[in-house]
Amino acid sequence: MAKAGAAKPTEAELKEYTADAQAWFRENTVTNPGFMLPLTFMEVSTDQQFDFLRAWQRKVYEAGYLGASWPKEYGGGGLHPDYQRAATRAMKDHDAPIMINAIGIGWAGPLLLDIGSEEQKQKYIKGMLNAEDIWCQGFSEPEHGSDLGNAQLKAVRDGDEYVLNGSKIWTSLGDRAKYMILLARTSNNEGDSKYAGLSFFLNPMDVPGIETRPIKKLTGEYGFVQCFFTDARIPAEGLMGEEGDGWKIAMKTLEYERGAKVNLAGGYFLKELDVMGIVDVARRSRRGGKPVLDDPVVRDQLVEYMIDIQAQNLNNYRRRMPPLVQDRPMGLPLMSKLARTEMIRELTEFSLQFQGAKAGYYVGDDNAVDDGYWHRAYLNSFSATIGGGTSQVQKNIVAEHVLGLPKGR
Amino acid sequence: MKNLGTIGFSEEQVELMDVATSFCRDKSPVEKVRALMEDARGYDPDIWQEITDLGWLAIAVPEEYEGVGLSLAEVVPIMEQMGRRLLAGPFMTTTLAAQALIVGGSEAQKSAWLPQIAGGAIATLALTEQEGDWNLDNVTAKAEVSGDGYALSGTKQFVTYAGDAELIIASVVLDGEVRLALIARSAIADSALRREAIIDETKRSFELTLDGISIDAGALMDADMSKAALAHIDLAANLLQSAEMCGGTQAVIDYTLEYLRTRKQFGKVIGEYQALKHPITDAYIAYEKARSHMFSAAHSFADQGRGEVAARMAKAAADKAYSHAADRAIQFHGGFGFTHDCDAQLYRRNAIWNASQFGDAAWQRTKLADLLF
Ligand SMILES: Cc1cc2nc3c(=O)[nH]c(=O)nc-3n(C[C@H](O)[C@H](O)[C@H](O)COP(=O)(O)OP(=O)(O)OC[C@H]3O[C@@H](n4cnc5c(N)ncnc54)[C@H](O)[C@@H]3O)c2cc1C
Repeated sequence: MAKAGAAKPTEAELKEYTADAQAWFRENTVTNPGFMLPLTFMEVSTDQQFDFLRAWQRKVYEAGYLGASWPKEYGGGGLHPDYQRAATRAMKDHDAPIMINAIGIGWAGPLLLDIGSEEQKQKYIKGMLNAEDIWCQGFSEPEHGSDLGNAQLKAVRDGDEYVLNGSKIWTSLGDRAKYMILLARTSNNEGDSKYAGLSFFLNPMDVPGIETRPIKKLTGEYGFVQCFFTDARIPAEGLMGEEGDGWKIAMKTLEYERGAKVNLAGGYFLKELDVMGIVDVARRSRRGGKPVLDDPVVRDQLVEYMIDIQAQNLNNYRRRMPPLVQDRPMGLPLMSKLARTEMIRELTEFSLQFQGAKAGYYVGDDNAVDDGYWHRAYLNSFSATIGGGTSQVQKNIVAEHVLGLPKGR
Repeated sequence: MKNLGTIGFSEEQVELMDVATSFCRDKSPVEKVRALMEDARGYDPDIWQEITDLGWLAIAVPEEYEGVGLSLAEVVPIMEQMGRRLLAGPFMTTTLAAQALIVGGSEAQKSAWLPQIAGGAIATLALTEQEGDWNLDNVTAKAEVSGDGYALSGTKQFVTYAGDAELIIASVVLDGEVRLALIARSAIADSALRREAIIDETKRSFELTLDGISIDAGALMDADMSKAALAHIDLAANLLQSAEMCGGTQAVIDYTLEYLRTRKQFGKVIGEYQALKHPITDAYIAYEKARSHMFSAAHSFADQGRGEVAARMAKAAADKAYSHAADRAIQFHGGFGFTHDCDAQLYRRNAIWNASQFGDAAWQRTKLADLLF
């Protein structure tokens, strides 16, 4: 949160800051380090990728372009949010890599700034921003994913500790994280709603009794893990709020994501799709001696996607213009993840069609178009249509919270 | 992507949006819409007078011609609310005719007509011919020198509200070049107009036979100016249609949601079934996307290059959203959806009408491909 006193910049001040930020990202952004960079924080697979992105986040932070509007006393820049927005814009303009510590700066950080104790803020915020402390999210379980409110991992209070037993799964960066935000069950009383017994913890990953097992992804790489908790003891001060507040707090973190309540740290965790890159594949690919881009069917479909991408870019601006969203102000924010991730999935799938027989190649073959980038992008696109709440569940959310349709029974 | 529009709004736009929202809601309840469908004229002259009094016809007319001197961006929110309430009348076509004059008219033509239009005179366009071609420069109607003026010949279709128009602007060919001809109502015999049966029963449209009509020497626009005016009308029409269609999309979604929240089958409200819930959500998402395009087109309209991309994207997005939403609206009302009484058909027909005029989504995409790649 910007402190009172973090003054709104004048036009001239913002202009100068923007010019500096643009120059910095022009100079420092590496778009092709010689290996494939993940498009989302859920795709980080190799040490090489991990080390690169972690160093990148640190560098951006140290230059002052991440957490610029977070309070100075905890490691932020203490500036007005307009500055951070300009910095994030500069990252986008230069196609800069993603911020890797998404769960830290996107979820846990805003939560701490909102309801954390002074001590917690001192302890955690800076390490999130400089990517020293990687965070992960322990929500999903093998038996409860979309039905998150039914999570069953047990947390039992024992003196000034909680004892944890159970399992979390699909945990992105789970084997690299120092801390986890954890949703666990502290009570299971007959007759209570399933949400009532949930509690929210800041959980250190390096305690005895927590083990992680890597899971191989559909791309053939690794990236997320299953976490096993066997009598793992964590300090009770990791409990956020009271026992039973877990669901409320988990829902709060979703609000932060939309930037409504707490200033965003900045940066992005999912890469924007480069649609002109796809147009370029269509131009380079040939069929019957002619560029595939000359095919009227391909052209038509590509234009359709460009209209869609442009709509979503415009949506992102319009959602901050109250007169233009009077009837359903929550519509644009709540649909944005669904619309964006589904579009990326469709578009990357479409890019395979241009490649003719070469669509049969994959990453690792010298003949693969763009080293197999598009195949991997398509397969990886499901990370975002499933992770963070599936598209189907997102659709329920829009239907129920924006359109006022009843919850299914 | 280059040449893409941006989004923004003016204070006037927001004020007009607020006024138009309540005006159109109050003046055009669906019972009124249905009553006017049965009426020969098809709109309420008293409401036309109120619209004139509100100054809406003058909004985009320059001040020197007794207009307000704003732009089409400020007309867009009005058009959107008219579409939402299916408010009948010659507002769009009169606005477009004024635009044709503003861009293509000589000083004398503008001074003669624009103040009248700003004051409520109905004007319309006669551009389409038998082939139904969306290329506005594909014209076969003719002007030939005759005495001091020109004799016109040929036939024009989809001349909306021609029955009440005091000015009809028709495209004709003279010496191999397309020209816009200003035809005063007094030059047109009643027998030259035939009311057409059109898909959208809330609108009125006529076929106009030009044979036998003569105009003065000063009633033709210059060839280059005519070309510029036609190009401008094409985009202006798509911009305003995108607004009408966004309004209609919002209305048909709201209408359907109401049914999904109340109609019960198998012991539950049908809105609980994801087979209905998810597609209506998809329709809503498409609507919000189209509406962002609409505001962007309004905002960017005057920018060279960007304006065209934005207006065509807006029409393409609106057509896609509206056609789909209204199509699903019929299905989701079951047997009632098949009736004339169910409002779903009003919107579906309105969507088809708008797609049919000035180019549907696929046509806009074809144009966009050449602009974008
Ligand atoms: C790449 C990746 C990274 C992830 N990272 C994390 C992480 O860091 N931390 C974490 O906690 N979790 C993470 N997840 C887990 C993710 O949040 C869950 O996979 C997701 O919520 C779905 O749960 P599930 O896998 O149990 O599928 P299920 O809930 O079993 O869903 C199966 C299918 O049923 C559909 N479905 C379920 N309920 C409904 C309903 N009510 N209406 C309609 N359709 C329904 C779903 O859409 C899906 O298609 C990650 C997932 C992926 C793919």
